[in-house]
Amino acid sequence: MKNLKLIVLLVIPVLFSTSCSNDDEVVNEEEVITTVTTTLTGGGQVITLTSRDLDGDGPNAPVVTVSGNLTAGTTYQGSTTFSNELADPFEDITAEIEEENLDHQIFYFLSGALGNITYSASDLDSEGNPVGLHFTFVAGASGTTGTLTVTLRHLPNKNAVGVAEGDITNAAGNTDAEVYFPLTIN
Amino acid sequence: MRFLSILFFFLVGFFGYAQVTITGVILDENGLPLRDAHVHIANKTTSTDANGSYVLSGIPKGKQKLYISFIGYHAIEETIEISTDLTINRQLKLDVTKLDDITIRQLSNSKSESSNEQVLKSATIEKFSNQTLGEALKEVSGVSILKTGSTIVKPIINGLHSNRVPIINNNVRLEDQQWGTEHAPNLDINSAGKITVIKGASALQYGGDAIGGIVVIEPELIKKDTLVGKTILNLASNGMGGSLSSSLQKGNRYGWSWNALGTFKYLGDKETPDYMLSNSGNREQNFSGGIRYAQEKYNFNAMYSFYNAQIGIIKASHIGNVNDLYNSINKQQPSVIEPFTYSIDAPKQEVQHHLAKVNYQRWLSENASIDFQYAFQFNNRLEFDVRRSSANNDKAAFDLQLATHTFLADYKTNIGNWRLKSGLNLGYQNNFANPKTGVRPLIPSYEKLDAGLYGIAVYKFDNATSLESGIRYDFSTIEATKYYLKSRWTERGYDAEFSHFIVGEEGNQWLTKPTFDYHNITANIGFRKQFHHEMEWLVNVSLASRNPNPSELFSDGLHHSTGQIELGDLRLEKEQAYKFNTTFNKDWKSFRIQINPFINRISNFIYLQPTGFETTIRGAFPVWEFKQTEALLAGFDVNTKWEISNHFSHELGMAYVNGQNLSTNEYLIDMPPFVINNKIQYKNESWFNFVGELKSETVFRQNQFPNYNFETNIVVNNILTPVIVDISSPPNGYHLLHLYSEMTFKINKRNSLTTSFSIQNIMNTTYRDYLNRQRFYADEMGRNVQIQLKFNY
Repeated sequence: MKNLKLIVLLVIPVLFSTSCSNDDEVVNEEEVITTVTTTLTGGGQVITLTSRDLDGDGPNAPVVTVSGNLTAGTTYQGSTTFSNELADPFEDITAEIEEENLDHQIFYFLSGALGNITYSASDLDSEGNPVGLHFTFVAGASGTTGTLTVTLRHLPNKNAVGVAEGDITNAAGNTDAEVYFPLTIN
Repeated sequence: MRFLSILFFFLVGFFGYAQVTITGVILDENGLPLRDAHVHIANKTTSTDANGSYVLSGIPKGKQKLYISFIGYHAIEETIEISTDLTINRQLKLDVTKLDDITIRQLSNSKSESSNEQVLKSATIEKFSNQTLGEALKEVSGVSILKTGSTIVKPIINGLHSNRVPIINNNVRLEDQQWGTEHAPNLDINSAGKITVIKGASALQYGGDAIGGIVVIEPELIKKDTLVGKTILNLASNGMGGSLSSSLQKGNRYGWSWNALGTFKYLGDKETPDYMLSNSGNREQNFSGGIRYAQEKYNFNAMYSFYNAQIGIIKASHIGNVNDLYNSINKQQPSVIEPFTYSIDAPKQEVQHHLAKVNYQRWLSENASIDFQYAFQFNNRLEFDVRRSSANNDKAAFDLQLATHTFLADYKTNIGNWRLKSGLNLGYQNNFANPKTGVRPLIPSYEKLDAGLYGIAVYKFDNATSLESGIRYDFSTIEATKYYLKSRWTERGYDAEFSHFIVGEEGNQWLTKPTFDYHNITANIGFRKQFHHEMEWLVNVSLASRNPNPSELFSDGLHHSTGQIELGDLRLEKEQAYKFNTTFNKDWKSFRIQINPFINRISNFIYLQPTGFETTIRGAFPVWEFKQTEALLAGFDVNTKWEISNHFSHELGMAYVNGQNLSTNEYLIDMPPFVINNKIQYKNESWFNFVGELKSETVFRQNQFPNYNFETNIVVNNILTPVIVDISSPPNGYHLLHLYSEMTFKINKRNSLTTSFSIQNIMNTTYRDYLNRQRFYADEMGRNVQIQLKFNY
């Protein structure tokens, strides 16, 4: 009798042991942005600025390429795209930003006297606030160098002071992408 | 002349200090022998054996107090004149109405003979019915709490927390991914009848890795044939919600008994004195029940409990990169403040914990018993994040399913003055990190096997002196299945040392199966001495070993809810702690003091240190790495209780810890600051058992901290500027006042109603706490007015 109870107690664990199996399924980060591309078109030039981070949140810093120098005083039509090259098939995140345009805004910041950026008037969300995928860039004086910072904010407060004009200071929300492009004006 | 008379009295007193022996038998209401009844004469105590008999020797002659008690019976309190050896037999009478007020701590019930043990009784636990286990434990001096927001709370004992403080619920060690700091113990505090805090690793039957201490939670056990129940309703102003907990117990010494408990909690957003903590609501639905069948020689019990919680994480704590963190620290204002709501959005946690166990205990003889237990736990932790695409917000970013099986066998025996305890445990654990989340899991899937063996011996020289010693051996093996980014594998320098773990390749990731084995020896030795003059001295030296846990070994990547990259290290070795812990208790008639100094020297102490930042396409993120160092923790806890008059009493609690990082000559990060608690109580039984308490809580600023600040570039006034991100400086100290009052109304002989009214943070003080992981984002909760109704039936 005593032994029987003991056996019962020892058998129960085996019955319960059929828990979930550890299959070796790989997880590819779904929501990672690997690539930010800003294109500047104007004065007969197409300048492509790319920041690509193929290990996502891994230790390697993004690789930044800039296809050429800007020309002083030229007006460029700019646009920015976001994608995940790790996803199979390749994932275009720009479309998602356009769909959820109320939840996103892209900010541009130029250091030094690189010039001026203004949002394109046509690129608005459903409440009439800018999204920032399209913009106009007027290049500054020749010989200037500096950095263009492109920031994608998620859930920003678009009605805060200065945000609609592209000032990130009061935007809050959280950052989905933030990349730096070195620029030189000829 | 005066001197001579003093000398005379002294000598008479000395020679008159003759001692006698008292024996007797204690019977229950039916005239049957009562086992384990507590007998206290003069300053000697003992318990009755299976025949109900006891022997107390060394009792001084003269008028002495006699006190006999047993749970569920009226205690006997008499003064007797003793001149020669006596036989004192008594029969105890049942006490039905006071059943749940009585908890007697007997020597034979203590978890550790020589370590500092402090007990929270059901009356204290009920005060926290609406709150968390961690908050209730704060009542014990030397216990502070580590918080993530206002709802996720875990205890810190003598400066150590998480899996250095195992929580034993109903003789089952809670396995609930408590490794990380933002995981609260998955337990309904209402299911606890008694909570014991052991400061130190000396309770070896629960494991050898309790470097900080152990929290033991036991249910109420009624051995009398009766049906009792209670219902507690709480309403709280802060969070505009409350809880309802109801329990029913059928007690029985022999035969069947059972209990059932259900708890519901529902709270909306909490608020600070100045703003709402948006998305800080929480909910719980808990159930537990058990049955027990007892006979004279054996008993069998089975229980099941289910804990189900939804916890909102304040929105302001969900940050992007280091700029967001810098802004939050410097603005001292949450980035999101919305109107009050009950709804809980992402980020949030949903946790389910099932616990089932069966236990069989048998008395082999009058002095020996054997105990078998099997327990199964299943924990499912879902963490929801703010996803880039709102459509994905309902999909958990973290989905861990942890199944744990444990088998225990314990053998206890008393031989003469020896008390021996030994046992073994076997455990199997399977953690499954669901890949369907679409987020690389911070904690991988793994399997773990444990086996342990222990023996504890207590030798009682006499009733006042005992020596305790124990030894334990544990073996564990862990095998994880984890994909590492190749870039991370190289950056960590794993290529050379750990290439044998690689079993496959998938794009830019290595599939690895890291396997580790650990052999641990733990031991302790302790001494307890009860002096005359109501003084007690305990001393304990212990060696404890803790294996690095999966988060410390394998973490790698962005922890979304805290906006930091956490990096584990496969090279981490086990921690070993040598703790010296001593306690002095001194009892005057109306004043009691307990002083508990300790030193804890920890080799290979594992801690999380900010080391700089890494740049990703989202910008820079602060990197926190698990590091190992030589550490020394030293400190003391002090408690006093002063019965000022029949109505007034005062209690003081003080705790200090100094944590040194010996390798770098710095202080340790995240050590609790110096705390002083004062409580004045007024009691008047003639006003419906009125109790009124005013408590003052003073928390000093932690001035002993390491500087791990780092520099980054952010846009300030449209100019890219280098700034220091101050993640190290502790917030200022603070002082809080809390009020508690209660009255009990007897409805009839069996039923009573207790009403209580309490205010936490009366002055509505604005403060932040160094040990709150969300101190960078928001203030702590402001004033909270609570009403509690408790029906006993």
